[in-house]
Amino acid sequence: MQNTNASSNAWRNTEITSQEQGRILQKTRAVLRRFTKKRENLVPILQQVQDELGYLPREAMIEIARFLKIPKIDVYEVVTFYNQFRLTPPGRHSIRVCLGTACHMKGGYILLDAWKRRLGIDRGQTTKDREFDLDTVACVGCCAMAPVNVIDKKAEGRVSPTKIDGFLLAFKMEKEKKDKETRWQ
Amino acid sequence: MAVTTSPDIVSAFEKIRSRALARWKDLWDGKKPVVMVSAATCGRAAGALEVLQTIKDELGKEQNDTPVLEVGCLGHCYAEPLVIIAKPGNPTIVYGYIDTEKARRLVRDYILGDDISLEFALGALEQNELIPSIYDLPRFKHEKYILLENIGHIDPEDVDHYIARGGYEALAKSLQMQPQDIIEEIKKSGLRGRGGAGFAAAYKWKVCRSSPSKTKYLICNADEGDPGAFMDRAMLESDPHAVIEGMIIAAYAVGAHHGYIYVRAEYPLAVHRVGIALRQARSLRLLGKNILASGFNFDIKLFQGSGAFVCGEETALIASLEGKPGLPHHRPPFPATKGLHGKPTVINNVKTLAYVPRIIKNGAEWFANIGTEKSKGTAVFALAGKVVNTGLTEVPMGTTLRQIIFDVGGGIPKGKRFKAVQVGGPSGGCLHESALDMPIDFDSLKEVGAMIGSGGMVVMDEDDCMVEVARYFLEFTQRESCGKCTMCRLGTRQMLAMLEEFTCGRGRIEDLDTLIELAEDVKVGSLCGLGKTAPNPVLTTLRYFRDEYEAHIKEKRCPALMCHDLIAYYILPEKCERSCDACVGSCTVEAISSDKRRIKVIDQAKCVKCGTCMTACPPQYNAVIKLSPPEKVPAAEKK
Repeated sequence: MQNTNASSNAWRNTEITSQEQGRILQKTRAVLRRFTKKRENLVPILQQVQDELGYLPREAMIEIARFLKIPKIDVYEVVTFYNQFRLTPPGRHSIRVCLGTACHMKGGYILLDAWKRRLGIDRGQTTKDREFDLDTVACVGCCAMAPVNVIDKKAEGRVSPTKIDGFLLAFKMEKEKKDKETRWQ
Repeated sequence: MAVTTSPDIVSAFEKIRSRALARWKDLWDGKKPVVMVSAATCGRAAGALEVLQTIKDELGKEQNDTPVLEVGCLGHCYAEPLVIIAKPGNPTIVYGYIDTEKARRLVRDYILGDDISLEFALGALEQNELIPSIYDLPRFKHEKYILLENIGHIDPEDVDHYIARGGYEALAKSLQMQPQDIIEEIKKSGLRGRGGAGFAAAYKWKVCRSSPSKTKYLICNADEGDPGAFMDRAMLESDPHAVIEGMIIAAYAVGAHHGYIYVRAEYPLAVHRVGIALRQARSLRLLGKNILASGFNFDIKLFQGSGAFVCGEETALIASLEGKPGLPHHRPPFPATKGLHGKPTVINNVKTLAYVPRIIKNGAEWFANIGTEKSKGTAVFALAGKVVNTGLTEVPMGTTLRQIIFDVGGGIPKGKRFKAVQVGGPSGGCLHESALDMPIDFDSLKEVGAMIGSGGMVVMDEDDCMVEVARYFLEFTQRESCGKCTMCRLGTRQMLAMLEEFTCGRGRIEDLDTLIELAEDVKVGSLCGLGKTAPNPVLTTLRYFRDEYEAHIKEKRCPALMCHDLIAYYILPEKCERSCDACVGSCTVEAISSDKRRIKVIDQAKCVKCGTCMTACPPQYNAVIKLSPPEKVPAAEKK
């Protein structure tokens, strides 16, 4: 399976400070405490670790392999097989463009183009400032509202390229407001 | 049906039911109004949560304690967000296309006041003298609700609502029957699996039942991976207990004590609601040890699938449950003899399981009387694409496509012409007009090269390019191929490469024959349903729309004006109003400018073909058009 998230060198390029590494291990271990050492728990463990960290860094995968007493490559195999798992850190805002049949027919691919153009990244990537990450999703099941974008886990129906500019403007204003507040504090 | 009455079970159930009925009666006491907001994922995408909050806030301001319920998806997704108001003395009315402002007015005018606000109403939910009922709409002539009967009428997060509407009665009855008799009943009903292949449900159960193994598993397959299908999501979000009840009955019939619901992680609301439903069922002892004092033990775990289309295939699903990549394996052995952890396992689709309580309650004959000779019962379709009434529908097997698309779906919007309908997702096929009057069931669809599959139905009009549709589906299956079988892994990739050439206008006419040949090879050379059906969209579009393929290849023209590389946007100078700047402002890449006479011109080099200008151009001018091939744009403007 070709996984857009899992370009082979993605996990090596992620530079991680020792402080971040400590946090990763701590959070991973906290998740592992909820599980027994059974192989069948691998996918739920990965899901929960990703929920905590936003992605699956190399350190977390090694720790999981050690816990389940399985080869590291087995963990990597599962992570790269399923579409849900990502190897790169997420942005503050997640953009998911639905490319289900109905969304595609109603112009989902045009929306993907619009996001790519505006954010300057490809699907499966995160912007340099870690503000946005862009990906596609096979179908979120709101086909009747096509074309759908899932923005920060909220499904937005009947999206158009102009609406995308609107979302970006709203994010920008929100960020400016926050920056101002922190500056005054 | 042989039922031996057991006083323990009867009294245990009666206790639960009387409490539920009392609460239900309390809600519908005939004195206060009841408000229901349809807030499944589709409703939420349209803003149902905001509407819900507005109604609660408005009522709160007046210290009014009218109950406001969050119900599931009514199936009328086109009119979301939907609000249903039942006010004593008036018929229950469904209001559609509600936004926060309309919601505010509904509260002020109707709930607190007397104005029935007919301008927002879709219709009444019952026959009455006052306003037309939605059941008078042509779609209800064809529809028959079995699976969808509770949807939109109950709060999915409240088990008592389900019980008050007759839920778990079938479970109590089943537990007083012999497991073999249940299987016999399901066999007599003719229930076929709704997962796609249409395999007899009772047969799997029987094989699993007869295995001597002490550990057996029952899995509910809710890995609805087909893009374009959403009825399993709607079922789980709107009526989760129906599925759970079906699972308990099935587990009792086959002798399983462990169950799994395998649901996609992309359906967070479904995961959430099933989790609540499981906890509620456990607390009422409908699940767990000694269910309804019958001595039968069964519990269900919720497992979130991680997004792999191939996991809808049962052996791949089992591999994924075991914590491995979802690679399918050869059958036999079938899961019913050797499945999860090597133990006998029954895997049924959400809908198959949800039929079970209804069949047990109403009897096999009732079910067998619905539908066609070989396909019994109803079919649930998710209508999407270029159709007026997008949403869910449930019709008896044997209804024709024309009835579904034109009567239920309300036809094609904007007066466009129907071109094709894609049935069954990436495994199904594109059918064209000639198939419209065919009664559909499992077998008839197979004959024309499609399949019911999961029940996704995407309607396409004259603006949809069939080559592009085939490319889209193949891109999907190619990406989702797990890579185990060579033909599926490499064959689909080659096929996709050819289709991509076509959509760019670089194909060769002899490729068409190679494509068909390769498609047949992929079908034969693949182990599981994914590879075996992946060529279906290509083969059916080639069968019915060969002329479109030829136009792409020979004339480098996309007849539907859809393929990106073969079209150009153009503003007709004679139609351009000149003093209007709508398109200039709308263009997301600033490719449109005015010439000396203020006529708008698109810079073809900058244009990204997003189509925004076409929507922006006021309908009375309609000056923006698409041209194919792009060479048709007058040379003066191409500089």
